[in-house]
Amino acid sequence: MPFVPLQWLGEVVDVDPGSTAEDVAAALVKVGLEEEGVHGSGVMGPLVVGRVITAEKETHKNGKSILYCRVDVGEHNDPEGEFPASRGIVCGAHNFGAGDLVAVALPGAVLPGDFEIAARKTYGHVSDGMICSERELRIGDDHSGIMVLTRKGFEAADLTPGQDALPLLGLDEETLEITVTPDRGYCFCMRGVAREYSHSTGNKYRDPALAVTVAPATKNGFPLEVDDKAPIRGRVGCDRFVARYVRGVDAAAPSPAWMQKRLMQSGMRPISLAVDVTNYVMLELGQPLHAYDAAKVDGPIVVRRAAKGEKLTTLDDVERELHPEDLLITDSPGGKKGSRILALAGVMGGASSEVSETTTDLLIEGAHFDPVTVARTARRHKLPSESSKRFERGVDPEMAPVAVQRVIDLLVEYGGGVDSTPTADPEVTDLDNAAEPVAISMPTEFPDRIVGVEYAPGEVRATLEAIGCGVMEKGERLVVVPPSWRPDLKAPIDLVEEVARLHGYDELPSVLPVAPPGRGLSHSQKVRRAVARALAERGLTEVQTYPFISASRLDDMLVPEADWRRSLVCLANPLDEGKPFLRTAVLETIFDAVAVNLSRGIPDLAIFEVGRAYLNEGTGVAQSPDVTKRPSDEEVAELDAALPHQPRHVVGILAGNRQRASWNAPAVPFDWTDAVAAAHEVARAAGVEFDVSPGETMPFHPGRTARLTLNRGPENPAQPIAFAGELHPKVIENLGLPPRTCAFAIHLDPIIEASEGLVVKAVPVRTPPLAKEDFAFVVDEALAAGDLVATVREAAGELLEEARVFDVYAGEQVGAGKKSIALTVTLRAADHTLTAEEILAVRNAIIAAAEKTHGAKLR
Amino acid sequence: MSDAEAPSPLDAAAVEAAVAEAVQAIAGADSLEALKEARLAHTGDKAPLTLANRTIGGLSPEDKATAGKNLGAARARVNEALTKRQAELEADRDARVLVEEAVDVTLPVDRTPRGARHPTETLQEKMVDVFVAMGWEVAEGPEVETEWHNFDALNFDPDHPAREMQDTFFIEPPKSGLLLRTHTSPVQTRALLERDLPIYVVCPGKTFRTDELDATHTPVFHQIEGLAVDKGLTMAHLKGTLDHLAQAMFGPDASTRLRPSFFPFTEPSAEMDLTCFVCHGKDTSCRTCKGTGWIEWGGCGMTHPNVLRAAGIDTDEYTAFAFGMGIERTMMFRHGVADMRDMVEGDVRFTRQFGMEV
Repeated sequence: MPFVPLQWLGEVVDVDPGSTAEDVAAALVKVGLEEEGVHGSGVMGPLVVGRVITAEKETHKNGKSILYCRVDVGEHNDPEGEFPASRGIVCGAHNFGAGDLVAVALPGAVLPGDFEIAARKTYGHVSDGMICSERELRIGDDHSGIMVLTRKGFEAADLTPGQDALPLLGLDEETLEITVTPDRGYCFCMRGVAREYSHSTGNKYRDPALAVTVAPATKNGFPLEVDDKAPIRGRVGCDRFVARYVRGVDAAAPSPAWMQKRLMQSGMRPISLAVDVTNYVMLELGQPLHAYDAAKVDGPIVVRRAAKGEKLTTLDDVERELHPEDLLITDSPGGKKGSRILALAGVMGGASSEVSETTTDLLIEGAHFDPVTVARTARRHKLPSESSKRFERGVDPEMAPVAVQRVIDLLVEYGGGVDSTPTADPEVTDLDNAAEPVAISMPTEFPDRIVGVEYAPGEVRATLEAIGCGVMEKGERLVVVPPSWRPDLKAPIDLVEEVARLHGYDELPSVLPVAPPGRGLSHSQKVRRAVARALAERGLTEVQTYPFISASRLDDMLVPEADWRRSLVCLANPLDEGKPFLRTAVLETIFDAVAVNLSRGIPDLAIFEVGRAYLNEGTGVAQSPDVTKRPSDEEVAELDAALPHQPRHVVGILAGNRQRASWNAPAVPFDWTDAVAAAHEVARAAGVEFDVSPGETMPFHPGRTARLTLNRGPENPAQPIAFAGELHPKVIENLGLPPRTCAFAIHLDPIIEASEGLVVKAVPVRTPPLAKEDFAFVVDEALAAGDLVATVREAAGELLEEARVFDVYAGEQVGAGKKSIALTVTLRAADHTLTAEEILAVRNAIIAAAEKTHGAKLR
Repeated sequence: MSDAEAPSPLDAAAVEAAVAEAVQAIAGADSLEALKEARLAHTGDKAPLTLANRTIGGLSPEDKATAGKNLGAARARVNEALTKRQAELEADRDARVLVEEAVDVTLPVDRTPRGARHPTETLQEKMVDVFVAMGWEVAEGPEVETEWHNFDALNFDPDHPAREMQDTFFIEPPKSGLLLRTHTSPVQTRALLERDLPIYVVCPGKTFRTDELDATHTPVFHQIEGLAVDKGLTMAHLKGTLDHLAQAMFGPDASTRLRPSFFPFTEPSAEMDLTCFVCHGKDTSCRTCKGTGWIEWGGCGMTHPNVLRAAGIDTDEYTAFAFGMGIERTMMFRHGVADMRDMVEGDVRFTRQFGMEV
């Protein structure tokens, strides 16, 4: 994001004396430009200018050759003796010689990477400092050798041995990096940032655009056409295009040192004069620019959309297949109009017209392109460039002629060669179809109404004028014409933000609004809290797992091909290509948390998760309705119908020991009963009860799993709401789980639905004495105890208080294929002590019913 | 005492001697068993005083009265001594038993590991409760959402770079118009469409962005957002609401600061900072606020009129504000969680630190 070199900022706006980067950041954040970081140079002095007096080549025994230099460092010199006043420095590079001006780090200096310079003995000399390369100072990439200052754009006349080189190289400066929000495109340049600094501090601002004297457009400039046959969203791709020649430029000339320094401070690499100047002006004025080698461009230039199948090799040497929405800058070799592609408009230039070392004549382009066109092209080709970043966010259309003029002025000033003097061509092309900013009419009191601050009379108007708006008062309204650099100001509410932020958000009063009475948490929200709390109280720990799965997770869980859980929602851009799907049951991903804990030596595990699963059961395609008005009920219904079904589940895993071995008792492992009991806990937390029957579903053990249902009346056949029990041994093996790992998986939505509005009807407590009858029935091995208990309950009738299995026995005494189930039945009447006859009648009824229904024999 | 010889009940000295002998025997009993023997010897059927008592029947009426008086007093004294000694010996025994039954209470008593709620859930609940107490309600919505709810209706232009600020998981096939919600704001869209005005809701929940998991990022995280739509709401009400939340969560001294920012769905927009609850801005080396005195907490603003319009709400009559903050981020600074991974990996040791509430 944009960099703000402080010295440069100070040229455009008065910066409070002594301001650090942090001070500037504090001023900018008040108006909405956030600090991203502060970059120092990492170099601490003494770093001085040195003039090489002698550089003696010495070859040493190890084959290495070095230069022993005597360097004049002014006041830091050793006094004259064996050598003239100077310092001795050993240097490994050979790209310089006597007379060259260089940067010398003296003992005590620290270079980037905490590299401390000290005098040391080497190769038979005392090396009393270091002659630096660009790379060692981190001011450039050039590590081919020592940085000779005169080759880097410095004038020898400006350099004196001993002079402090830190300010010279910009190494004493801090650079602030800021974040610019997408609505503030104009802050991608010094012109905009300085303006905002001025708004924050009230300090004087000097618009650098006004310092440029722009030559007026002429009739006979470079021939140019905009031929947009397919505007996007009704906007022509290019509404302004300024072009002008500058001739006789020495392409080999380096850009001036101050410019290189500012480019580097701004995170850009100096390349060549032509490129550096266009980049510099972009950083200064915000206008992306392009310099073409004029010899390689044949007029007219045609701005048009790409045809299907066209290709372009961009400056990054990638051949790109173009899309009919891509806007192109083309030229017309051999008179064939628009036949050669020069650039992807506003995004990146092409290789064919690139400026090279032999270039002498340049054609400078400064244009204004449609933000949407540029945004789509940059995204399509994955080419976010400095140019596209700015166009997407909105560039001031008035800057094109100013910036082109500024480029030309700089090239003329710095582009002279040994036998050439650059000249600007008098002809200036300026195709200008840019729309004028649209006036906004706003009630004068509107900012007060939105912000909740009573602005002083005239303050709103003054603020808007300060940001560059033209303001007219019309009765109770202001008619506001935004400045050309603020395309984001489109409606009264946008002006409110300007008023609020310049007045200062610190001034906002704090008033707590009073909401009308609410209804509290919904039933669903309460149930989810109760369920989670109940499981946690039971000793389970809540986890949240990522919902991303591979199809193989379902295979590992032995989920059959036709199972509902195979109805997968797939991500278009998963983080992990191996896990492109969303879970169809929360149980599928909780195993990830199990693995984490097992891998960290936590073998006893009781965890649960409450979350959503995603089933591909919607229409899968959502067409966006118009956003300028409320969508119709049908449109809303269609949107919702597109969504996957997203049910809520509660799942848990129980592995290892339920009770750890201790001094008073041995360890007790988790078993299927713990899983079933936890499932019951969930139902009870919601206020309902599960009915239990044997269940069979993957990934559970077919013989050790309870199928849990809600009794919701005869008209609602019982659908399984949950399964709980031991996992299938093969699944345990596939997923690497501890033996006999147990689990529960519960659909929460039906529980929430069934318990909604449920009111407990109190049964009066019966106080007469109770009667207790025990039974032991011999039944078929296959009979589910629950079925026998149900029969017993029904037979016991109104007097029953509780019927509970207390023993199950299989063995020789009851015979092969049989088992004995022992139950305790407690009976109590509402209003009297039960007589022996009454008790006997119930007992007989129970025995008869058990025999009739299940063939049970009383032992 | 030799085999009991009954004293004459009229011989006061002999009776006194028998009493003295009994009291001495009782006092000398050093256990409940010994006392039982003494009781038998001095109050049993063959005890001297018992035997003496039996002779009263044969006395003259005058002597009967004297004898009865003598023996009654004598036996009362013996019984009193017995009762007293019985109580003493029982107290001794009880004290001894309690000492003998003592256990080592420092042994482990809990064989079942404790359970715990996940702190990102309980933190959401805690924040939600602040608003529910003010009459706000809790709105929720789907996690796989339509682009319309997540972006279009929230004034995100399809071509605006703001759409790219949130790295989005899209759902197959291309152009499905579906995604994993990048924020809980689509719940605001739904609240605006579905609820009667005025609206005061908070929207907590899971959100998704294509960030790789590292110490400070996670692709699945949580947010809580608030939305208020009413007549006459201003930024001052937004500030008041945020200050109230800050105080409820971080104590009565907490407050918030707003900084201008940009979100497509609010105008004016602001970033919201919380006063540092650790150093209160007094420690330039504070690790929580990095010495600035402020902690970045979330974003907020006045709901953009385009958002209200997309729900058919009259923007001349109603204004609205919205705010939102990350739950994981709040956890990180409120609880000093240094690494995001601890919060998402499901290591039970992390979660158990928090118990049932945060």
